[in-house]
Amino acid sequence: MTNKFKLIALSSAASMMALSAAAQDPVSLTVVSWGGAYTASQQRAYHEPYMAANPNVTIINDDGSANALAGLRAQSQAGNVTWDLVDMLPSDAQLACDEGIIMEIDHDAMLAPAPDGTPASADFLPGSLGDCFIPQILYSTILAARPGAFEGEQPDSIADLFDLENFPGKRALQDRPGTNLEWALYADGVALDEIYDVLATPEGVDRAFAKLDTIKDEIIFWTEGAQAPQLLADGEVAFATGYNGRMFDAIEVEGMDAAIIWDGQIVEWDGWVVPAQGDNVDAVMDYLYFATDTQRLADQAKFISYGPARASSAPLVGEHADLGIAMAPHMPSAPDNYFAPIVLDNDFWADYGDELRERFANWMLQ
Amino acid sequence: MAMSDASGNDVAIGNETDSKGRLLTSDGRPLRAALERANRRRKLTAFGLVAPLLAFIVIFFAFPIVQMMWRSVDNPAVVEALPRTLEALQDWNGEELPSEDVYRALYEDMMADQDLPRLEQKIGPLAVRLNYEVSAARGAISRTSRNVDEFEAPYKEAFMDAHRLWRDTEIWRIIEREGRPLTASYYLAAVDAEYNENNEIVRTDENRRIYVALFGRTFAMSLVITFMTFALGFPIAYYLSSLPMSKANLLMIAVLLPFWTSLLVRTSAWIVLLQGQGVINDTLVGLGILDDENRLSMIYNQTGTIIAMTHILLPFMVLPLYSVMKTIPPSYTRAAKSLGATPWTAFRRVYFPQTLPGIAAGGVLVFIISIGYYITPALVGGQDGRMISNEIARHIQSSLNWGLAAALGSMLLVSVLLLYWLFNKLVGTDSLKFG
Repeated sequence: MTNKFKLIALSSAASMMALSAAAQDPVSLTVVSWGGAYTASQQRAYHEPYMAANPNVTIINDDGSANALAGLRAQSQAGNVTWDLVDMLPSDAQLACDEGIIMEIDHDAMLAPAPDGTPASADFLPGSLGDCFIPQILYSTILAARPGAFEGEQPDSIADLFDLENFPGKRALQDRPGTNLEWALYADGVALDEIYDVLATPEGVDRAFAKLDTIKDEIIFWTEGAQAPQLLADGEVAFATGYNGRMFDAIEVEGMDAAIIWDGQIVEWDGWVVPAQGDNVDAVMDYLYFATDTQRLADQAKFISYGPARASSAPLVGEHADLGIAMAPHMPSAPDNYFAPIVLDNDFWADYGDELRERFANWMLQ
Repeated sequence: MAMSDASGNDVAIGNETDSKGRLLTSDGRPLRAALERANRRRKLTAFGLVAPLLAFIVIFFAFPIVQMMWRSVDNPAVVEALPRTLEALQDWNGEELPSEDVYRALYEDMMADQDLPRLEQKIGPLAVRLNYEVSAARGAISRTSRNVDEFEAPYKEAFMDAHRLWRDTEIWRIIEREGRPLTASYYLAAVDAEYNENNEIVRTDENRRIYVALFGRTFAMSLVITFMTFALGFPIAYYLSSLPMSKANLLMIAVLLPFWTSLLVRTSAWIVLLQGQGVINDTLVGLGILDDENRLSMIYNQTGTIIAMTHILLPFMVLPLYSVMKTIPPSYTRAAKSLGATPWTAFRRVYFPQTLPGIAAGGVLVFIISIGYYITPALVGGQDGRMISNEIARHIQSSLNWGLAAALGSMLLVSVLLLYWLFNKLVGTDSLKFG
């Protein structure tokens, strides 16, 4: 009797599986992102709910975004595109778009409208959309300081990063010219909206490097996003530059003793691109429609302090999923934080990046 | 003696000669040809046995290297993107801005490119390529080409309004110079040189020179690391070779154990030990030897790279040394002593010269591995402990200037081959003993 029952159960289960398999073939999507706390936030806000609703889809995370453009180019040249969706910066996305290795996006046709019906192209914040680029978040590169490193007065500005007299100690900076040169000029008294104009002149570049020279002996360079909070946590440095979400994670979740300095934060978008010759384009577009809607973008802010790229998401940003603290004050775009932002100029870095990187590498060698 | 074959004809037998006086085999063929045939078959069998390895090396080693070297001179971007412009540029004198004809040709090239499928469009790669030569070229080309369908004659004015670079002869000089399928500009960049406005080769601006100094430093650091592994490895290898087998094996495992541990683990371990708040500094401060203010900086600089790499490469020195020392009979040194040599003289004149093959092999191994080393300098090198391989990796992964990366890589490869050749001339590779 029981055996018979088992047999029926088994066969019916098998036939049901066969049915659903016929309806929806299993798909595995390789999603490339930045790793660490950031990928974790995408996993919980996007991947898990999507996979729960679409059991035939498996999402595999690949932490390759730091070299996304190189990877896209190599895969395209080899004719073997294994990435289905890539998280990358808008400057690299524009390059990849010009080279034709990622798909052009019709935002209104491919993305969900806001809950009130506003089309996607009007709902995403001004200037964030690209021909091939779908923004998710606004992030910023910020300065953080370890209170334990100083007696008395605490640093609160970019100028303090260059003030060895009042704030001695090692500084962890990213090993690239971007952000460092902007901050050097800002600390040297250049107005926020003139930084890139000054940096486009040879005198401006000399001025920035001269300012960096004043702290050169105290600099430790970091390469990977996770290194900066680590150096702070180890007490190895007094200041570290880093991405605001990772710093938030280290300070609020891991309990690291450090404070974020929002002065001169350098803000930029980050978002998705779709490789042009991928095998699963339909499945990816279905995923993207879901993962970039108003609620999902707001959900990601439950896990990491990056600002959602849709205007309609902002009112939905709530509390941190695990800590229960309000997330809005930790966003780069919060009014208390956004008092002196530098908006990263991707056109500038596309034009002058190669030259300034050479100069920066030379400066590091001296 | 006569034999019949299947058809019943008589054939010549061995040790006889044909009409020309050649030796014949028993079946009547010339002996020489039969031997050659047998030899050929043996060679073919031998070749067949090594063929898989040979194919493997050709496909996965030689071919990529050739391709890399090709990439360092390959220059298709301008030729493919701007055929009409290049033709129109042939009459250009190079002094003032080109004529309207050239600008119209550029317009036609850009318009023609827009009709191609996206993956075959050439203007994007062109923009990237020209930006290596002059800053802002990428912006000038990609932004102009996005709006080019709205341009109207006269095109010269239209282009000059669109971006400042089109008002400058520099970009035209570069297009003309790079409008050939092969280029030397990657190699020039790799030795810190460039073209000036008269197309003469000059050194780059002083504060943009990187690579020559970096090559020099890479070689200097590799030499130091090689010497350090020798200084540390020689006594260990000597001690190992003097022990009885059972104890030597145990110690050998101690030498090999780190060899089997992941590179990243060992490098991270050094970070824990050497960093400012690390074990060594904490101990020294705790013992009162150092002030808290004056902690030693032993990592994120050259010192850190040299310490970590010396440790990681030590087995490559110890193993060849040990295998050579193992074969030196202790009786030689005893004989020297019994003939009146002091222990120092016996070591210097008798023992040490016999270890030279091991030292040479270990030195060559460590040195060659060092100059191409990448991950350890990247992690603990800080700003002055980096090597040329880190620059190559940067051009492959982030700046994406693969031509320059290929030029740097080819130079590294050629310098290793040169060194090996020099070493062979001076010492002789037959004396190498890798264990």
